[in-house]
Amino acid sequence: MAQEPQLRYILVYMKISLDRCVACGNCVAICPVGAIDIDPVINRAMVDQDRCVECFACYRGLSTEHLNPTLVRSIRKVFSWFRLRFDPEPDVCPTAAIEPQDLVWPRIVRRAFSDPLVPHESTGIHGRGTEEVKTNDVTHRVSEGEVGFTIEFGRPTVSASFRDISSVTETLAAACIAFEANNPVTHLMDDPSIGKIREDILNERVLSAIIEVKTTMERVPEILRIVREAAENIETIIAIGVSTRCDAEGGSALESVLHDEGVPFWRGKTNLGLGRASQVEPVAGSG
Amino acid sequence: MTNTLHRYGAPETLKDDYIVFAMTARGINDEGSVEKFKTFLRIAQKHGPINLGDATQGGVYRPSKRLNPLAHWFRKDERDPESVVMNINQPTVVSAVFDDPKALKAFLVDIKKADLGLSVNISALIDSAAEIAKQAGITRHSVEYSLGFFGVLDKLPDRATLSLATMCGHGMISFSLAKKMIDWVKQSRRTPEEASAYMARFCSCGIFNTTRSCRLLNECSHRTG
Repeated sequence: MAQEPQLRYILVYMKISLDRCVACGNCVAICPVGAIDIDPVINRAMVDQDRCVECFACYRGLSTEHLNPTLVRSIRKVFSWFRLRFDPEPDVCPTAAIEPQDLVWPRIVRRAFSDPLVPHESTGIHGRGTEEVKTNDVTHRVSEGEVGFTIEFGRPTVSASFRDISSVTETLAAACIAFEANNPVTHLMDDPSIGKIREDILNERVLSAIIEVKTTMERVPEILRIVREAAENIETIIAIGVSTRCDAEGGSALESVLHDEGVPFWRGKTNLGLGRASQVEPVAGSG
Repeated sequence: MTNTLHRYGAPETLKDDYIVFAMTARGINDEGSVEKFKTFLRIAQKHGPINLGDATQGGVYRPSKRLNPLAHWFRKDERDPESVVMNINQPTVVSAVFDDPKALKAFLVDIKKADLGLSVNISALIDSAAEIAKQAGITRHSVEYSLGFFGVLDKLPDRATLSLATMCGHGMISFSLAKKMIDWVKQSRRTPEEASAYMARFCSCGIFNTTRSCRLLNECSHRTG
């Protein structure tokens, strides 16, 4: 009985039915992390469970036709004798062979951070589970003179392990940088004051995960330096976003800081300030 | 919608890319927001968006779970913006993608007038967004800048592939699919419009810009190598 949880963990991950797969290869190209390939021995698509981040792009993104697998395999075999290959729609699984499983802890963490249609329990937000300054007009999370950082690991489409993420969060915590409390990664830290992510998920991989910190304008160069240096020591990519509250004329003091740091910043998000709190009065500077 | 922040491309390649999205904050203004989100998208529809989306249900381009096999030869245009609007049933993030700054400005004027109380953001070139908002009589409240990518950059593909794939920031469009579509357009196996639709179906938030995608694919098909 004691071995049952371990057994379930081994068995439960995204699968492709051996009975239904016709090895058309469409799922190979659409997997964001390259976790699917065709096994040449059995001629079926297989999922590498270590690489798979349970994003459900294969299951949800591919259209399906529910064709008879035996029929499709026979046609493909006859075609192959003549070196012919049917040119199918590239976003179709012709036999609906992809079979998601009910994930269990800790593997379920992969889906929570990788599948954009699953809301994070900690924040109730879909996607990567963060609000940043998108609702700053009602939360007042980042005030004038303050700067919010979003540090996203694994983006774009590279994926990251929580071990890599933890190494950077521990470095940031050592520099006395506090993490946003209302953030899915912060919820997975044993102790946010030291930035250590819980041991049992360190080997789990996710498509991407975001940490958020808030600081003063003066500390922006220091935090940029810490993150850029930390990024050189992990096996993934980090995407950085920085945000601030504009002044009454819509000006942003952050631009001169970024200019001095020599980082490009031509694209981003602009909160238009049209939001209105209708349920409670937020406390300025909270969060 | 951090998924719109880090779209890859030089400024001149982003001039037809404007995502406007609306959201609420839990416990602050999310109660009774469903009708407001629907109104937001209905107003957007009047101004000719090229894509619409609901982060919990999907966008205008969606996969079909009961596709007719004849779709390999005669695939119907299954875009259904009305179902995006009608299916909103909970607080969410809704988005509209525009390729024309004039349409965006007209939309912002109407959204301001509607006074829905939702947090509305433009994800685009920072200066363009500020200017268009100003023309619509809106002073920006807050800004978030993308500073790009750091770390092991040799894990990234070529510029064209990266430009296409990052139009879904959640990573649902794989580098290999984007590369495959570039190759297929180069080989005249599919049109840029068809290739763009394939990719857009994987973007479950409905923020993929098909106009920009077609332009990028056309540019790729006209060069060698």
